[in-house]
Amino acid sequence: MSYFSTLAPAYAEIFLLVMACIILIVDLFVADRQKSATYLLVQLTLVGLALITVYTYQPGIAHLFKNMFVDDLMSDVLKMLSYISVSMILVYSRSYLLARGLFTGEFMVLTLFALLGMMVMISASHFLSMYIGLELMSLSLYAMVALQRDSAVATEAAMKYFILGALASGLLLYGMSMLYGATGTLDVNAVAAAIKHGVANPNLLVFGLVFVVAGLAFKLGAVPFHMWVPDVYQGAPTSVVMLIGSATKLAAFAFVMRLLVDGLQQLMIHWSGMLVILAVLSMAVGNISAIAQTNFKRMLAYSSIAHMGFFLLGVLSGGIDGYGASMFYIVIYALMSLGAFGMITMLSREGYEADTLDAFKGLNQRSPWLAFMMLLLMFSMAGVPPTAGFYAKFSVLEAIINTGHIEIAIIAVLFSLIGAYYYLRIVKLMYFDAPESHEPIRIQPDSGLLISFNGLAVLALGIMPGWLMTVCAMAVQKSLLLH
Amino acid sequence: MNLETLMFYLLSALTVFAALRVITSRNPVHAALFLVLAFFSTAGIWMLLEAEFLALTLVLVYVGAVMVLFLFVVMMLDINLERLRVGFWKWFPFAAILAVVLLVEMVMVLGSSSTAGTNVNVAKHAADYSNTKELGRLIYTEYIYAFELAAVLLLVAIIAAIALTLRQRSGTKHQVQGDQIQVRSKDRVRIVSMPSVARPDTRK
Amino acid sequence: MEAQVLHFFQWFWDLFGLWNVVWSFVEPVWPLIWNLMKIVAIVAPLMIGVAYLTYAERKILAYMQVRVGPNRVGYYGLLQPIADGIKLLFKELIVPIRSNKLLFAFAPVMVLAPALAAWAVVPFADGMVLANINAGLLFILAMTSIGVYGVIIAGWSSNSKYAFLGAMRSAAQMVSYELPMGFALVCVLLAAQSMNLTDIVMGQQSNAGMLGWYFVPLFPMFIVYLISGVAETNRAPFDMAEGESEIVAGFHVEYSGMGFALFFLGEYANMILIAGLTSLFFLGGWLNPFHGWMLVGALTEWVPGIVWLLGKMFFVLFLFLWFRATFPRYRYDQLMRLGWKVLIPLTLVWVVVVAAWMQTPYWLWTPASVQG
Repeated sequence: MSYFSTLAPAYAEIFLLVMACIILIVDLFVADRQKSATYLLVQLTLVGLALITVYTYQPGIAHLFKNMFVDDLMSDVLKMLSYISVSMILVYSRSYLLARGLFTGEFMVLTLFALLGMMVMISASHFLSMYIGLELMSLSLYAMVALQRDSAVATEAAMKYFILGALASGLLLYGMSMLYGATGTLDVNAVAAAIKHGVANPNLLVFGLVFVVAGLAFKLGAVPFHMWVPDVYQGAPTSVVMLIGSATKLAAFAFVMRLLVDGLQQLMIHWSGMLVILAVLSMAVGNISAIAQTNFKRMLAYSSIAHMGFFLLGVLSGGIDGYGASMFYIVIYALMSLGAFGMITMLSREGYEADTLDAFKGLNQRSPWLAFMMLLLMFSMAGVPPTAGFYAKFSVLEAIINTGHIEIAIIAVLFSLIGAYYYLRIVKLMYFDAPESHEPIRIQPDSGLLISFNGLAVLALGIMPGWLMTVCAMAVQKSLLLH
Repeated sequence: MNLETLMFYLLSALTVFAALRVITSRNPVHAALFLVLAFFSTAGIWMLLEAEFLALTLVLVYVGAVMVLFLFVVMMLDINLERLRVGFWKWFPFAAILAVVLLVEMVMVLGSSSTAGTNVNVAKHAADYSNTKELGRLIYTEYIYAFELAAVLLLVAIIAAIALTLRQRSGTKHQVQGDQIQVRSKDRVRIVSMPSVARPDTRK
Repeated sequence: MEAQVLHFFQWFWDLFGLWNVVWSFVEPVWPLIWNLMKIVAIVAPLMIGVAYLTYAERKILAYMQVRVGPNRVGYYGLLQPIADGIKLLFKELIVPIRSNKLLFAFAPVMVLAPALAAWAVVPFADGMVLANINAGLLFILAMTSIGVYGVIIAGWSSNSKYAFLGAMRSAAQMVSYELPMGFALVCVLLAAQSMNLTDIVMGQQSNAGMLGWYFVPLFPMFIVYLISGVAETNRAPFDMAEGESEIVAGFHVEYSGMGFALFFLGEYANMILIAGLTSLFFLGGWLNPFHGWMLVGALTEWVPGIVWLLGKMFFVLFLFLWFRATFPRYRYDQLMRLGWKVLIPLTLVWVVVVAAWMQTPYWLWTPASVQG
């Protein structure tokens, strides 16, 4: 077996890197302002990635590069979902970005590099590769947020995102260095083994853990480390927010799993306590603050904080059920937020950003089909049956009740009810209010098709959630070494 | 105490002093220069650890390039220290508590059971031992994945920096060299053929 | 060498019958004294070299411009540098009132110190080196890269606009030109497979004489290194930092007397250093250019290595002066364009070319120590 065939599990990453570099160069020679050639190449790359991931699939867990890289079912599933969401983001945002002069080769290349960072995070089983993957993703995102140079809001958002992101990275790195000091290794599995065999100083481990969890909470945008989220969501170009709100959450899920479950499973008593605080606070602050928002993107930011709280509930309940439920939750959340932000990009046009609640007034009269799709998405976000959001919330609650934390489940349900108010308010605005403008909505065929798919998928997954739930449970079961 | 230990304490004291001055000096240029000093003395400590490659690279990259650009910017900034200091004392207690917590942690790292056991004298290497070679071997074998990814990270930084700064602003008077070179004489000079007219004789 | 020197001291003090007494005091610190003596042996000729380089510059420039040059002090003006030195020594030191006194005084030292420190690893012949360290090339790069601080600090601490402009120009310029310089040296260390300067020179030894030197396979790098060297030392046509006709004298406009003289010393010491390094890296150091060439080789075998080295250094220094007499000063954007858009891509490509070339049998410059 030659050296190259031993690299098979990492073919997707290698292919993506090579293609990103090629696209970077090819783009220099694309004179077309629409950048059709570059766009096509990027979409083909994503298709190629999906094919590679399917063809290099192997059952079991494969380690590569001295345990820095791991390939298992969970990573394959999450990577496939990341390709799909990045591809969807590009379809949604094409006309939106073209109207703002942002649809450049750099935007697409940075998106690909962010995707590479996510893939590295998803497949990382070593503190070093985790951190570098995270930085690769974050750095690309910082730049993409700031890409709209003439917009003061975007620049402010980029600045806040960058500084707080750097602080979070610092916290995470500091925590990791503590864990390294305690266990003497950076390899996640070796860290787990060292903790299990009791060679590590427990005080030091917990101190390290505090910093790691704080860093993660920063990156996830959980309260009390959420300050950057609303500003970034509001200020950044919607396409970039779409990326931050969907694909990166998938990577963050893998990150949390590898770090807290694979590496620090033995410390679960400690970190689940911290996660309870983060989760409850996030749900409270997220849902309550969202009510007061008049800006739709800002409202979605607070909604994302609340959703992250819910997601953490699944993580802290532990076990295959809990992790499977939180994986299911994060996948559904990614799908919903793609649709919601996609809707903003479709309602926006040159010189007009449909990011206020008023933009949705009377949408039913202007375009009944779009309004119906939005209704499905909002129902799903609120957790109204029979949409996917309901089932996602349900499975998380089930997992947490099974662990005996009924009081947390009750709190979660209460805050979900509060949250339902602002989602349903959108529905009310769309169906019962008079439209503020009668400007016809011009929809590109590709994004129109996509939003239909997106909305109907939310409905279909709510009616038949079984198979996706099974995939998530299997991915978690086959990939995590639950000690 | 042998010479090496003495050097270590000297350099460490210098590092700590310089690092303190970085955050306490009122003049930002002084702060940057003290940071340079801190890098220098850290490089010295690495030298003592026989990590000459890291030590020299630290000087070459951080002192020789990064800090120069840092100074470049800091010198041109007009920083209003008074405005920066507003609210300093208000938040000082929180910062102090945080600092104490961090200090306690550091102490715990040093006193940790797993690190205490490894605190033994490491054997000296032979004279022909090359730290550079060893590092190179490790980077290109065991850590190749992280190393390549770090390179990608730098590439992204370059792309990001260029994408954010390279934009055509209206109203600037910059030269386009390509256009200048491609200029032909007929673009600039027009030869006008004029009939010669006899000049009226003014001598009379 | 050490034994001979000790022997001489013993003979000298034995004339007075005091050797045993003296040695009992000296023995514990002898390694220190010996190193100090070596340092003096390097620095003292260097300083004299600097002095006479200024003389050479004035004379050569003068002849190129059909003038006579300094001819009043001593025969052919040979004592002119001494006279200049004494003059500067006795001039008043003027410190601008609103300047940053400490840094103002520190800056000239920062220019001169790295230029001298780099000589620690420079070999003058096989084994004739103060510190024969493995990472010598890195040390050189590190030392030359910090020389810029003197210029920046001088420009900033003077609290003068012209000085500050000069400092800013110089900072950007030196950081930019360090990159091609570093990459050119990457090619050298690829070829030599070592970062030790003595090994690099010995790697160029072959029976082909000067054809075995690295300037042959790395010719573009040799040119790049030379250009970057001129830019690194802020010499014409890259003397943007001084730019007499634009910003009067740039970063050292506020300096007088010895402070000014130290900047001069630093600049010329840097020139000599770059000349020495170019000779070592590309021109075979102390090796005989005709080694192995039938008759000429045999006839020149008696010439000591240091003569060759000095000859090559003088050749490179002459190029420096020649450039100054020939080229007008670059405009600032042209300078940056040359550095970033021409030299750096060229060096990057050549690193790949050399690395690929070395894998083929057509690479004839493999060091003898690595062969076989």
